Parts: sequence; C-alpha cells; structure tokens
Amino acid sequence: MNFANLFKIALKALSNNKLRGFLTMLGIIIGVASVITMLAIGQGSKRSIQAEISEMGSNMIMIHPGGDMRGGVRLDADDMESLKLEDLEDIQTKTRYVTYISPSVNSAGQAIYGANNTPTTVYGVNLDYLEIRRYKVEDGDTFSDHDIKTAAKVCLIGKTVVDELFPNGENPVGKVIRFGTIPLRIVGVLQSKGYNSMGMDQDDLIIAPYTTVQKRILAITHLQEIVCSALSEDYTQEAIDEISEILRTNHKLKASDEDDFSIRSQQELASMLTSTTDMMTVLLAAVAGISLLVGGIGIMNIMYVSVTERTREIGLRMSIGAKGRDILAQFLIESILISVTGGLIGVLFGIGAAIVVNIVAAFPIYIQPWSVFLSFAVCTLTGVFFGWYPAQKAAMLDPIEAIRYE
Amino acid sequence: MKKEVIRLENIRRDFQVGDETVHALRGISFSITEGEFVTIMGTSGSGKSTLLNTLGCLDTPTSGEYYLDGVAVRTMDKNQRATLRNRKIGFVFQNYNLLPKTTAIENVELPLMYNPSCSAALRYQKAVEALKAVGLGDRLLHKSNQMSGGQMQRVAIARALVNDPAVILADEATGNLDTRTSFEVLVLFQQLHAAGRTIIFVTHNPEIAQYSSRNITLRDGHITDDTPNPHILSAAEALAHFPKQED
Ligand SMILES: Nc1ncnc2c1ncn2[C@@H]1O[C@H](COP(=O)(O)OP(=O)(O)OP(=O)(O)O)[C@@H](O)[C@H]1O
Ligand SMILES: [Mg+2]
Repeated sequence: MNFANLFKIALKALSNNKLRGFLTMLGIIIGVASVITMLAIGQGSKRSIQAEISEMGSNMIMIHPGGDMRGGVRLDADDMESLKLEDLEDIQTKTRYVTYISPSVNSAGQAIYGANNTPTTVYGVNLDYLEIRRYKVEDGDTFSDHDIKTAAKVCLIGKTVVDELFPNGENPVGKVIRFGTIPLRIVGVLQSKGYNSMGMDQDDLIIAPYTTVQKRILAITHLQEIVCSALSEDYTQEAIDEISEILRTNHKLKASDEDDFSIRSQQELASMLTSTTDMMTVLLAAVAGISLLVGGIGIMNIMYVSVTERTREIGLRMSIGAKGRDILAQFLIESILISVTGGLIGVLFGIGAAIVVNIVAAFPIYIQPWSVFLSFAVCTLTGVFFGWYPAQKAAMLDPIEAIRYE
Repeated sequence: MKKEVIRLENIRRDFQVGDETVHALRGISFSITEGEFVTIMGTSGSGKSTLLNTLGCLDTPTSGEYYLDGVAVRTMDKNQRATLRNRKIGFVFQNYNLLPKTTAIENVELPLMYNPSCSAALRYQKAVEALKAVGLGDRLLHKSNQMSGGQMQRVAIARALVNDPAVILADEATGNLDTRTSFEVLVLFQQLHAAGRTIIFVTHNPEIAQYSSRNITLRDGHITDDTPNPHILSAAEALAHFPKQED
C-alpha cells in the first residue's frame, strides 16, 4: 500500500471527526504557542540587554582604586588614592591587549546657564573615553589634546543637560555654562544614547578634560577610575591579567599582598545579566513544555478512544486486505497530522501572541528560528510517540473479533 | 472440466476456551469449482461462520489443507493472507460494514486502496463499474448514512466485486433485510452467478437454498448433506409475485 493512499485514508478519517480533531489539537496548539511566546519573550529580553551592553562597550574594562570590596569594607585613604596618571601611562605603553584608555574623575553638582539649572555629573576624561563608551559628537567638536594639557575650561554636554539648560532650543555650542563656580565653554553636544538596561540616563552628563576636573573642580592629583577597552571582547581576560600585573609592579606589591585596586569588565556584568535571563527563558520554556506534554497525552487519549470506537472499521479494513502495518501507519499518520497541524497553528498563534506582547506591553521579543523548528520537531515526535501505542493496539487486532465488535 | 477454485482437505478448527477445547470444525472436505453458487446452512453454532472465516483466509485451520485458486493457504503468514484476501476474496457481511459518513464510491474503492498496483483512475473506473453492476450507478456520491439497508448491502456487494475476486463470501448477507429487500439482493446474487461468479452464501433461511446451485448443510462441525440443486428457482420471478409496495 502506498503512502499517498494511507495519507488520504487518514485525512478522510480526520475530516469525519473535525470537532474532535480540533479539540485534540487544542492541547498541542496551546502547548506550542506558549513555548514560542515564552522563548520569544526570554530571548527578546536577553537580546535587548546584550544590545545595550554592547552599546555601552562590551569590551570595556573598569579599574578602581582600593582592593576587592567583596571581602569586607575597606576605607583606607591611601588605598582609595592608589591610581595615578603614571599607572595609566604605563598601561598605555606596555599593553598588548588594550586599545583605548582614559582616566576618569567625576563630580556631581549643579550645571547653570542663565536662569536654568540642573543637577548633573561632570566626567573628567580624555578623548579615548568617547571611543570606549561609544559616545558620538553630534554638534560642534570634541576638545583637543591641547585643551587637556592646559586644563582648558571646555566641555561636551549630553542631550538631557541641553534640554534642561536650553529649553528654548538655542544652539548650545559656543555658550558658556557654569558647573558650580567653574565656567565651561560648550564645544560639542553628544548624540543621544537613551537609558541603559539599569535605567540610567546616559545623556545626563557633562564631559570635560580630566585635567580640568582634577585641578579646577576636585583639586586632586589621583584618578578615581581608569576605563579602557580590550582589543575585542574575546581578549578581555588577557587584558585584565596584563593590567593587573602592570599595576602590581607599579604599586610595588609583594606576592603576598592583596591588590590595592580592582578590575571589572563589562563582560562580567553582561554574563551576569544574561545568565539571569537565560534562567528565566529555561523556566518559561519548561512550563510551556509541560503544556506540550499534556497536549501529547491528549492525543494519546483520543487516539486510544478512536481505536476502540473504530474497531469494526479496522476489522473491515483488515478483511479486505489491509495489513497490520497499513493500520499502524494510518493511525500514526492521523496522530501526526493532528500534532503537526496543531503545531503549525500553534506556531502562528505563538508568534502572534509574542507580537501582541511586544505591542501592548512594549516588551522586547525575539523569535528565534530554531525555537520554531524545535517546537515543530517536538510536535511531530509527540504525534509519533503518543500515537504509537494506540496505533500498535489497532494493528494487533484480530480481524475476526474486530469485525464482530459491537 | 471447470477450474477448481476452492479445495478443503479434512479441515479441523479447535478453539481453546479455558480448559475446554471447542471443536468448531471436525474434518471438513469439499471442493468448489468456478461458477458455483453454494449455500451453507446449519443450526446456530454448527460452525458456518468459522468455515467461512477459514475460506476467507481470516482464520487458519488447526489442521487440514486449504487451496484457494491453487494456492496453499495454511503455510502463509499474516501479511501474505492479507494480500490474498485483497486480490482473491470479496466479503459481504450481515451488517454491511460500510465506512460511516463515506460516499458509496469511496466505500467501493476501499479494497483497491490497499492494492498499490492500482492507479487512482483505474480505481475510480472499477468502482463505478461495480456500482453500476449492483444498480447504484446513480448513487455514487450518497453517503452510507443516507441509504436504506438494501442499498447499503448493494454497496457492500459492489465493494466485494470491485477487485474481481475468485470467490465472493457472504455471511447472512440478507439477515438484516426484510423479505422483499432480501429477494432484491438475492436477485443480484443470481445475476452475479449467471455472470460466472463463484459465490458462497451462509444463511439460516432454508428457502434461499432453492435459488443456489448447491447446498451444503453443517451440523456440529460436520457436513451432513452436500447436494447440487438441479432446479434453480428464479429470485426475479419470486420478486414479481410479491405484493406491490406502496410508495
Ligand atoms: N473465537 C472463538 N473462540 C471460542 N469458540 C469459538 C470461537 N468462534 C467460534 N467458536 C465456537 O465454535 C462453534 C461454531 O461457531 P460459529 O460462529 O462458526 O457458528 P455459526 O454456525 O456461525 O453460528 P450462527 O448461525 O449462530 O452464526 C461455536 O460453538 C462457537 O462457540
Ligand atoms: Mg455465524
């Protein structure tokens, strides 16, 4: 007996029982739809976090003075001033894995222009900082190396600060604002980056030469932070090891001494965040998978009933020449048809639901092609697996008894 | 001499029910040649259905040899017997056994669906021919639940004819029908007989034996009587004398 005929027979049997077929399918539809939607939501949030992190610079490394705080609180004043400009210069000259490097000193305060003022933070950095944090200058220009050497009173400002200080839409470039008591001339406006994954406004800042902030605002000589970027994300660990070695030598630490600085990478943060979303995805998918299993058991149940109900039909088919394997194939095809059709509808519903979640709740979604294929494959397997036992039972029937069955 | 379609040699069939053995057939031997219309009669429990199941290759005898169209059936496995049923046997059952919610044509096509060498076009053509032969040429697309008992049995007969079988086996084929409809079906069987078909017809009704060419009587698994019928009555004539039905 050829497959096309068996397929026709199975299709016919299904179409004779449309409502039941649909109700059986419902379990699979809901199962697959929830798997797809849950994975879309899980993958969506993971992707958006990853995107934000790479927007911030996924190869970014941050060096802070003071040892690793995880062991306990340490507030040794010397420790907190352990990072010097020489450290930065040493890293710059000796490193193989670091591309951009910038000091960072910052101060929170009030920015004032005319009658408007806004609380913000000024970051004292060098020009590499823009590369590391992926800031772009939209209007005007960056400050120059000469400005850094002379601790010039110039700055770049973020969009949020612009909106606060220049509510009437004037061009801020060339204007002089005050940060506390220090006047700073705006040389450029930064392109907006919006909020990051931790809800921080990345446009609420002023960037100035680090020398200006060190001397004129903070009156310090040490660095609060050094930020740099590794050659690429993959070289982050090498870069960290290298920096750590340079700093230990510079700070004349003995082998037994602990670090008087701490190094963290954006990558660490990223993997921490994505592992959380990964776990969420797995949990969601597991719950959805269980509903798929329940759908499969539904198929088995119905197929089992169907075999009993159609015992006479099976007996007749056998008496006119159907072999056991023809009957087996027919019932298997029926259950696979139910599960695959259910799967197909489920995929459509799942994608639809994910899109609705995206539109209504503004939740990031990402429909991964493999998740669609996977649920489809699982559906087919469900059909085979749960259809097998009832189909086997049908194939084993004795034609004489089956045809007499009332 | 005419071709021998069926030969039974000392067929026995025992059923094991708990500790007891039921001897349903106790040494049956006969042969049937092409074109015979044989009725099998006997009291309830005499082994008629068991014999018919054996003839139909649905059941294997405990001992004895069975040759269908020259082929030894006893040594065949399940799948071979299924194929044999598909090519050489047409069954007609007491309760029709049509597929529910399925059209006449699809019901008749069914045996050919299990024959891979039969194309869809040929299948359709043969099914139409078979339905025409039973007088249902205008009912091709009627569903089984839209037909009377007599019509359903005609569809079942068409289904038994469609694979051009060596023998048609009917178990109480008129058992569920009223007298008039029974005769209509009997007319059909006589027409098939006249066309050269080999028919084995199990029945409780002794009257029917008068319309066949040979009658075998069973009792307790033995053949007690096996006589040819030289004066075959015409079912069509009998039907003509029936009082007219009011429609
Ligand atoms: N599967 C079986 N298991 C056990 N005993 C069986 C089985 N099939 C038939 N028998 C026994 O074999 C004997 C013959 O049964 P069979 O069905 O052939 O009778 P029958 O002549 O067709 O009767 P009826 O006219 O009532 O249909 C009976 O005694 C019956 O109980
Ligand atoms: Mg019987």
